Amino acid sequence: MFKVLERKELAPTEFEILVDAPRIAKKAKAGQFVILRIDEYGERIPLTVVDTDTEAGWVRLIFQVIGKTTAQLATVRAGEALRYIVGPLGKATDIENYGTVLLVGGGVGIAALFPIVKALKEAGNRVITILGAKNAELLILQEDCAKYSDELILMTDDGSIGQKGVVTNAMEAVFKREEVVMTWAIGPSIMMKFCTLTAQKYNTPIYVSLNPIMIDGTGMCGGCRVTVADSIKFACVDGPEFLGEEVDWDEFVNRMQQYRPEEQLSNERYEKQVNANG
Amino acid sequence: MAKRSYTKTPMKEQAPEIRKHNFDEVALGYTLEEGQLEASRCLQCKNAPCIDKCPVMIDIPGFIQAIAEGDMSQAYEVLSRYTNLPAICGRVCPQEKQCEMVCRLGRSKKFEPVAIGKLERLVADWALDQPYEAHEVGQNKGRVAVIGSGPSGLTTAGDLAKLGYDVTIYEALHSPGGVLTYGIPEFRLPKKIVKQEIDRIIAQGVNLETNVVVGKTITMNEIIEEFDACYLSVGAGAPRFQGIKGTSLNGVYSSSEYLTRVNLMHGYQFPQYDTPVQKSENVVVIGGGNVAMDAARSAKRLGAENVSIVYRRSLEELPAREEEYHHSVEEGINYHWLSNPIEYLDDGNGRLTAVKCMQMELGEPDESGRRRPIVIPGSEFIIEADTAIEAIGQGANKVLLDTFPELALNKWGYIDADEESCETSIPGVFAGGDIVTGAATVILAMGAGKIAANEIDQYIQKTKQEQLV
Repeated sequence: MFKVLERKELAPTEFEILVDAPRIAKKAKAGQFVILRIDEYGERIPLTVVDTDTEAGWVRLIFQVIGKTTAQLATVRAGEALRYIVGPLGKATDIENYGTVLLVGGGVGIAALFPIVKALKEAGNRVITILGAKNAELLILQEDCAKYSDELILMTDDGSIGQKGVVTNAMEAVFKREEVVMTWAIGPSIMMKFCTLTAQKYNTPIYVSLNPIMIDGTGMCGGCRVTVADSIKFACVDGPEFLGEEVDWDEFVNRMQQYRPEEQLSNERYEKQVNANG
Repeated sequence: MAKRSYTKTPMKEQAPEIRKHNFDEVALGYTLEEGQLEASRCLQCKNAPCIDKCPVMIDIPGFIQAIAEGDMSQAYEVLSRYTNLPAICGRVCPQEKQCEMVCRLGRSKKFEPVAIGKLERLVADWALDQPYEAHEVGQNKGRVAVIGSGPSGLTTAGDLAKLGYDVTIYEALHSPGGVLTYGIPEFRLPKKIVKQEIDRIIAQGVNLETNVVVGKTITMNEIIEEFDACYLSVGAGAPRFQGIKGTSLNGVYSSSEYLTRVNLMHGYQFPQYDTPVQKSENVVVIGGGNVAMDAARSAKRLGAENVSIVYRRSLEELPAREEEYHHSVEEGINYHWLSNPIEYLDDGNGRLTAVKCMQMELGEPDESGRRRPIVIPGSEFIIEADTAIEAIGQGANKVLLDTFPELALNKWGYIDADEESCETSIPGVFAGGDIVTGAATVILAMGAGKIAANEIDQYIQKTKQEQLV
């Protein structure tokens, strides 16, 4: 059992939890994730490790309520426990001092971006961070990212904070203005795809962090397979980071849809249960 | 005494029409009377060949004699001297290629061999119904880490605990058992049985830590520092894909994913359990091993109308157990012999609609001694399918090996360990089971586990003596 030490609502439908998991806290590096299972009936879902405290022994996780499991996770209060959590999984981000780096995060993907922002800053890079969201309310981790960024650019669809527009508008402005050595983009797949196209236009290498369907997360089943540079890779062990230009985006987006009917069924059933229990 | 029957005493089974709609066990087990009848067929050979053909060298005539005499407790006593997992082995061992293959009774033309596996199962199931007292042995002989809780690791852990070692098993998944838990389906090996046998091993004083991925959660260097020796039994769990066009379409699975969803995650009980598994009408399974049978029969139970197995050789070369093949035929699984898929076809929206195959013919024998399948040009045919499951074998999982480059591997990427001693290139690090041999059988993995336990015992005792000098 893994105890939830703290729980916070960051935005409508977005939550942060600190989970007591000393072993994972000790080993996790930027770019890695965990797989958790709430109870004996639960499924295994992957979540990025946003931050750790090796002394206190916790890992910080952020998730958005998008279906049954995340809805149930949102009901877990501080003091309660998760049945299982395993990690850290996946390859860590290659952190070194590249010079000037550009980091782009969208929606709940900002949670996965933040540890990379932090690690790159600590490695001595000049860090430019672009964060995008629908509106000010949904823009998470703004202060955390600001702390580790030399420049922070905020973009919202409605202009309620920062500039009105999408993250690729801000990317263009940065690329036009100065030389960027490396770029990272994490967010919805459509955003990562367009970030990739933008970076390619300016001949800048870009890493994306893929979030396909996973089951074990240890390279055992291939459920998370993606085509990268025309060969099959398992995102859980070969990734989750890949070069954006090498990803077969259409295939990736298509595979994400695989269980939509079942996901919906599960979610409706859960909502009924919740309503029945008041 | 009654005349010795030519054939094995039959075991009751669920009728195919009923069982193909449920995940309950197919073979229902012997009654004591049936077991005694079968036991009386054993010739009680002096130099019993069956013992030599059993990878853990069970005293087979010994436990069968006890059954014949009606002394089940003695029969179990004999079994447990050699195996920690008799209820599992009695069910899933390919006895027709091991103990029963050399049974002297079965060698005479008229007779079928003694049903050794079914008798082992009878004793083991009897024992699981008896109250169990764990007798923990003193655990001061040394500390051993076992990486992976499949049949090989469980065997080593159980044996070392009996010898007085403090053993910790590290398992990456949330439940122990390896392939016994995520691979072999409930209808062949009930998870309750797996759990009971594992619980008995744990009760001997073995520590089990699940959700620990060695190489990630803890490193091999930490293990080497903390323990006197370790045993790597991580299996060959990484799926292979043929890599033909359309492999990433929705509806195409590795057998590992399909079976993990069904077995480990209880996908067949969705939505009571949260993990879904695809509902299918037409399923094509590629491969001819036990895993292919398991996937096909699971798909049938999940409600698929048509389930076909596509195998590139013929029935004669089929690597699956005969019994499982027969069960699959009874349950209505179709076979396309001498066939191989060359492409997965889609509906234009990224979903599988059909599998395009080629007909094959058999040429000269290859290195494995089996005749090599050769494509017949122009022989394409199409099988309609919304689900395709590739069961073409597994390779070594690199998660641990990548983080431990000091360890020598062979040219296939498996650990280069001595099969006689389970020693690897690093002193104190032993390895066995599928991670050394490539995907093989449960009982071979257990055999390696037994060897490893002895070798680790000797290694630790020797090291400790040297330290004293």
